Amino acid sequence: MSGKHINLTLKVWRQKGPQDKGAFAEYQAKNVSEDASFLEMLDAVNEELVAKGDEPIAFDHDCREGICGTCGFVIDGEAHGPMKSTTVCQLHMRNFNDGATLTIEPFRAKAFPMIKDLMVDRSALDRIISSGGYISANTGNAVDANAILVPKPDADEAMSSATCIGCGACVAACKNASAALFTSAKISHMALLPQGQVERKERAIRMVGAMDAEGFGACTTTGACEAACPKEIQLTNISRMNREFFVANVTKRPKHKDGGAG
Amino acid sequence: MSGFLGSTVGKKYLMGITGLIWAGFVLAHMAGNLLIFVSHDAYNAYGHALTSGNIIYVAETVLVLALIVHVFCAISLTKNNREAKEQRYAVAAGGKKKVSLASRTMAIQGSLILVFVILHLITFKYGTHYETTVNGVVMRDLARLMVEVFQSPGYIAWYVVALILLGFHLSHGVGSTFQSLGLMEGTYRDTWKKLSYTYAVVVALGFISQPVFIFLNGN
Repeated sequence: MSGKHINLTLKVWRQKGPQDKGAFAEYQAKNVSEDASFLEMLDAVNEELVAKGDEPIAFDHDCREGICGTCGFVIDGEAHGPMKSTTVCQLHMRNFNDGATLTIEPFRAKAFPMIKDLMVDRSALDRIISSGGYISANTGNAVDANAILVPKPDADEAMSSATCIGCGACVAACKNASAALFTSAKISHMALLPQGQVERKERAIRMVGAMDAEGFGACTTTGACEAACPKEIQLTNISRMNREFFVANVTKRPKHKDGGAG
Repeated sequence: MSGFLGSTVGKKYLMGITGLIWAGFVLAHMAGNLLIFVSHDAYNAYGHALTSGNIIYVAETVLVLALIVHVFCAISLTKNNREAKEQRYAVAAGGKKKVSLASRTMAIQGSLILVFVILHLITFKYGTHYETTVNGVVMRDLARLMVEVFQSPGYIAWYVVALILLGFHLSHGVGSTFQSLGLMEGTYRDTWKKLSYTYAVVVALGFISQPVFIFLNGN
């Protein structure tokens, strides 16, 4: 591909494994096409490392279309780099200046244990989802469209909350490593829809409980998560989560001591 | 309810509610102090009226309890938050994803404001007891003490810095309270934000105007 090319200095966090101390290593990325994505630029750097017999830089990636939530690291202190609503796989090199030095670090959070280099274990987010981020539905034929009525504003809001791809950039960007934006997006998504009503209260209590148990911090409303989110999940979700959690706690009914029919 | 108050969200509710109690207090305190611009007698009479009844003890108890809960939750949450982020980034976010200084430094602001409140109480509430007579009633001459204290440029500088900090703390804190309590949603989001900024500026400037006015007037 033609077009402009740039040269960069990369300071990349290298860490062999969870027990290794880790440190920054410096690399030169030469003749990088401005049309390349950030991951493609790293691929080229890795090929050079492999050719020299060095260990390539480990980073997570999958779809490279900005929709799977697998990729993610921090560039110059910003999760997914400097562009708004962009994942690193969709971040293009034309957004960087020729000759720039970039510092690349993994997502940092106690709840995201280190795996290697720029890869961290984000399964804590999966455990939050499995604690309540689901609905119970009878199986069978798919119901007709609009059989269950949903007001348009609610559908829109639920949809925008549901676009969370679970990449963990919110946690990475937060000074408290809070997972409030992630958790609240799922709680909101389901609280806004009729299908989510059955487990609504239980869900809020369980998911907030799971979030705290994983060792994420609390929300201090800095807005760093919203700014970093590649899917533009709104801070208002956190407000809704807090209200859901409060209402659930004050209105939940005691569990039946005796089960059984009727 | 123990599960609720033990959670991070529950603690934020407590932070918010106790913060709002203090936010109401500082607004009333600032507004009352503006009487110094009317006359020293009006200012002293207002102070006398406030401290004459039993209501002052109720108010003080509520404020002290709210402060204890606010500080306790702040310490607990801050400790938890620091532990959750064991390792910081080598480079701080500087571009579009940067966050406001006020939101990042709430704990430091809060600590300094607490020091200010204690010193402020020592200077005024437990300061020199002058007396004056307004409309035949003998009462404390707080206005005289205030004028005396605000002759020192050093004291005024510290006072102004503390109140600017209070302004920052309120601008982020009041807005965040609406967020924490679950009210920062949709249509009213910007309204709450503007309200908290306006409120913070009014309170900070209202308080700052008094020592600066006294100092410049020289009396």
